[in-house]
Amino acid sequence: MFNNRYILIYTLVMALVVSVALAFVVNGLKPLHDINEAVFKKKDILSAIRDQIGADPLKMKDEELIRLFEEKMDKVVLDANGKVVTGLDAETIDLAAEEKKPSNERKYPLFIYKGDKGNIYLMSVRGNGLWDKIWGYIALEGDFNTIAGASFGHVAETPGLGAEIKDNANFPNAFHGKKIYENGNYVSVQVVKGGIKVPDHQVDAISGATITSNGVSEMLNRGMVAYLPYFESLKKK
Amino acid sequence: MSESAVKSAASAEPREPWFGKKEKALLSDPLYIDNPITVQVLGVCSALAVTTMVKPALIMGISVALVTGFSNLVVSLLRNGIPKQIRMIVQLVVIAALVTVVEQFLKAFSYDVWKQLSVFIGLIITNCIVMGRLEAFAMANKPWKSFLDGIGNGLGYGWILVAVAAIREFFGRGALMGFKIIGPSSDFLINTQSSPLLSWYQPNGLMVLPAAAMFLIATIIWIQRSRTQKLIDIS
Repeated sequence: MFNNRYILIYTLVMALVVSVALAFVVNGLKPLHDINEAVFKKKDILSAIRDQIGADPLKMKDEELIRLFEEKMDKVVLDANGKVVTGLDAETIDLAAEEKKPSNERKYPLFIYKGDKGNIYLMSVRGNGLWDKIWGYIALEGDFNTIAGASFGHVAETPGLGAEIKDNANFPNAFHGKKIYENGNYVSVQVVKGGIKVPDHQVDAISGATITSNGVSEMLNRGMVAYLPYFESLKKK
Repeated sequence: MSESAVKSAASAEPREPWFGKKEKALLSDPLYIDNPITVQVLGVCSALAVTTMVKPALIMGISVALVTGFSNLVVSLLRNGIPKQIRMIVQLVVIAALVTVVEQFLKAFSYDVWKQLSVFIGLIITNCIVMGRLEAFAMANKPWKSFLDGIGNGLGYGWILVAVAAIREFFGRGALMGFKIIGPSSDFLINTQSSPLLSWYQPNGLMVLPAAAMFLIATIIWIQRSRTQKLIDIS
């Protein structure tokens, strides 16, 4: 049998050795993690405009992706009133953290893709799915009305049902060409069940994923509003 | 299994071959006759969760095999020094440390897979197979044998995972390893919409849901038991 002193020392030494070893592993790999995370986010953003890029960001090499992003992307940070905030990198703005702030202190990242056919404005939106958060990037053309593309992501929607917002390319593709204004009024785009009645503003829902689909509608409606004042100011120029 | 553990501990002599019959059995038994999922019924929870597609299942299987192998090795090396009163805690610390290392490496070198698996990797810590093998084998056997036992059990778990995932991915999504084979659009190798013979084919939505894994694992257990005399009516 072992006495208490032995057990105590054993535990302490074990805790020390394991924690030091893990600290080394985590710190040693941290740079790689950061790169991976940044690339992943860029992929997410660029997926929304894969038609305009002419390549699938998910299949691009990491270096290609980073170069494309640096060459063609302008980054802007907006405050809650749609004014440009300087000195912040849009890529570091995390909507998950912004959500927790009071609504008048939130910041919103805007990515501007300088394409051959004029600028495309990429808005970042975030909302609730069935099980957890969902998010997306919505690309608007230079008329600030027509959607040029979209990409969605989620934490834990049901595979085969809600997860189709990301896995099934037909869903984000369906947003292409939709309009967010009707006669000058903001109407967003709705995800509807049972057939589209207003082709300009509606997208077919995923069957079996009603709550996720409604979540997408709600996320778009609420999320894009934050960017509208800035677009209005651009239109006036 | 505990019976063979006692036997091998008792017959431990200096002049044993390093990879003889006994060692081979340690690796091969868990693959079929003593499979952790179908016979020991350990680790079923994660088998339901990560078997929708082959690739994550494969990575999960390899990760678990590495964790069971090395945690068995480490615990077996320490087995004479581990105070009996806190042995469970020591085992858990070893497992948790190894799982964290595996997770950090996956996050650094295979980020997509890590994204998909992140929750389940953490859950390897609570995977009954790891703890079960430590208690049943590593605490009473020499390091090399324990290591083989761990790897064997990890692989036994892994191949069931991959088999179930292959069936689920093929019938649920019409794909294997993400390679699209049969489905209703031109992305697939066989486009069921363009071929008049196959226009009736529909992917089976149930296969995508966790319940399908339950049915499949039950079917595998059923087939295995009906074919293996030794497993029938063990009591």
